[in-house]
Amino acid sequence: MANQNHDGGAYLIRGARPLGGEPADILLRGGTVAAIGAGAAQAADGAAEVGAAGLIALPGLVDLHTHLREPGREDAETVAGGCRSAAAGGYTAVHAMANTDPVADTAGVVEQVWRLGRDSGLCDVRPVGAVTRGLAGERLAELGAMADSVAGVRVFSDDGMCVSDALLMRRALEYVKAFDGVVAQHAQEPRLTEGAQMNEGEVSDRLGLGGWPAVAEEAIIARDCLLAQHVGSRLHICHVSTKGSVEIIRWAKERGCDVTAEAAPHHLLLTDGLVEDYDPIYKVNPPLRTAEDVRALRQGLADGVIDCVATDHAPHPIEAKETEWSTAAMGMLGLETALSVVQHTMVDTGLLDWAGVAERMSAAPARIGRAAGHGRPLAEGEPANLALYDPAAERVIEPAALESKSTNTPYRGMTLPGRVVGTFLRGVPTVLDGKIQ
Amino acid sequence: MRHLLSAGDLSRDEALLVLDTARELAQVGDRSVKKLPTLRGRTVVNLFYEDSTRTRTSFELAAKRLSADVINFSAKGSSVSKGESLKDTALTLQAMGADGVVIRHSASGAARRLSNWVDGSVLNAGDGTHEHPTQALLDAYTMRERMGRLDGLRVAVVGDVRHSRVARSNVLLLNTLGAQVTLVAPPTLVPVTAGSWPCEVAYDLDAVLPKTDVVMMLRVQAERMKDAYFPTAREYSRRYGLDKERFALLGDDAIVMHPGPMVRGMEISAEVADSARATVTEQVANGVSVRMAVLYLLLGGSEPAIGN
Repeated sequence: MANQNHDGGAYLIRGARPLGGEPADILLRGGTVAAIGAGAAQAADGAAEVGAAGLIALPGLVDLHTHLREPGREDAETVAGGCRSAAAGGYTAVHAMANTDPVADTAGVVEQVWRLGRDSGLCDVRPVGAVTRGLAGERLAELGAMADSVAGVRVFSDDGMCVSDALLMRRALEYVKAFDGVVAQHAQEPRLTEGAQMNEGEVSDRLGLGGWPAVAEEAIIARDCLLAQHVGSRLHICHVSTKGSVEIIRWAKERGCDVTAEAAPHHLLLTDGLVEDYDPIYKVNPPLRTAEDVRALRQGLADGVIDCVATDHAPHPIEAKETEWSTAAMGMLGLETALSVVQHTMVDTGLLDWAGVAERMSAAPARIGRAAGHGRPLAEGEPANLALYDPAAERVIEPAALESKSTNTPYRGMTLPGRVVGTFLRGVPTVLDGKIQ
Repeated sequence: MRHLLSAGDLSRDEALLVLDTARELAQVGDRSVKKLPTLRGRTVVNLFYEDSTRTRTSFELAAKRLSADVINFSAKGSSVSKGESLKDTALTLQAMGADGVVIRHSASGAARRLSNWVDGSVLNAGDGTHEHPTQALLDAYTMRERMGRLDGLRVAVVGDVRHSRVARSNVLLLNTLGAQVTLVAPPTLVPVTAGSWPCEVAYDLDAVLPKTDVVMMLRVQAERMKDAYFPTAREYSRRYGLDKERFALLGDDAIVMHPGPMVRGMEISAEVADSARATVTEQVANGVSVRMAVLYLLLGGSEPAIGN
């Protein structure tokens, strides 16, 4: 696809459809979009040509919820490996969750993760700081130090654990206002989910697996929306998974609460019926819910009640999944399949157009995470972060073919639409012809 | 039938075949030489991750009466306690040529997982809070022997339904066999969606007993009290225990069953447990016959169970 005889890093992308619109040429030079449309070809001046007829150009995707596992679980994933996965999925920025070992609860750890991301050169890694020390839910971590560090942390989350103490949550919401931060809550009432293994409902009752009731998510979301509004803070809700949660967030937004929310691709497509054979590839937290929840999440994402798609990309080594259900690790890969799942569930169903996809997968998450330079429009003078996507392609998901070090994809063997053909980070291709550069 | 993982996997004909075969095989227990050559040369592994002497012994005896070679692979004192995964244990048993694996495990679904990793037949001997299909088969066998029928039989299953693999298997199997099941428990011990199961749900034992032919009492662990499923053992016993007074509410022909081990004074009083209408020890004896039948049908191929 790319003409290899190019001068120091200028690219002329020919005939791509920005946000699915009319074909246009896009000239990338010096890390920015130098020209777009009619004048781009004339201004190309030795730029390498990238043929992109039929491809959709989107702003580089931004993930608010990624587990990169490093430091501590390099057997599952490394920052560099996760960045390959991200680039392959069309992402130019990811927010790395804090539940590493050691936990990202100090400036030292977040700076380490940030540097590893910078060294990879494939994707900007924006570390998420823990809300509480060691994710223990007892005392605030040094949020200010992480915010002021070179990593510039703006998103704080105890993801995996819920900040269940209402007073501590209030304090965190208030405290991060000083540096324009946001608390991203993993909404899970801990007492209601003791021994929880899957969505509580007809399937869990029949399979004899401990139930994770929807109310355990919804009760925390309702509480935190009220708290956030009371103290005038920003609140973000991680991986919303139930119909009731969508209704509560809709209500909170209507009454003026500054709340944003994300949905994970797997919650837009998969349901708890998949647990039937006890294959832990489908074990995730929050769990796969019902078809009714899936419908509500899709509608919420279409309406904007759910602001963005976030992958909750969670690599695990094979041995953590090849076990009996109750001992298996929770989580699934997402970065390399997210755009395909969104096309399948939102675009092909008519719920969202490509401009909407750009908003939900790039602009909104960049705004929420305060990721400067990301989620910008495809326009002259903007940073050259973009993804080229072929919506007409089809692929059968092969775990071994994924860039991630792990293989725990729930889409194994499924045929999904679309393929990321190219990704550019500040004008530099990280993926061309579907291959990592 | 390759595996027996859930009572729900059995069609009515298959379930009846197990019960009829068990009846045939029960005669062996009455002989002085209690052994048939049917499974000679076959290897059955008892893979027990939970202590359960009674179930393991029942399976062991069943396999031995059919002349199978039996290996008891207990989780304690084996490589399992050194961290070996279920998959690796399965591959080990596979390499040793196990024709059948009888598995008891604390994790729901462990038997189904195991069936992905071994070529031999997997027999679920209790997986977590999921199912215990041979218990349901021996219960059905016992009911049919005592009551002469299963169709239309009114069965009350009383106790900790939420955590009971026995209850789940019984609801499925008894429904297949035409009995009418009513689950009776405090609402905290009934799964929230049990209303969608093929049975009735009731909270008042006294109202159910007069319309019951078979009452099956489930063990209630006192630990459940700590998790606030009920206030005290005494209150549980008062509302759901089968004592002499409640026993009198049953029809004269009604029987009392219990899968064991019983907690006397909790869910069942000593007078009731020891009454002639309690079938607890019969259930144990029938358990061997039913497990012989299942092993034979899974492993025995087309040879007749009892040669001429």
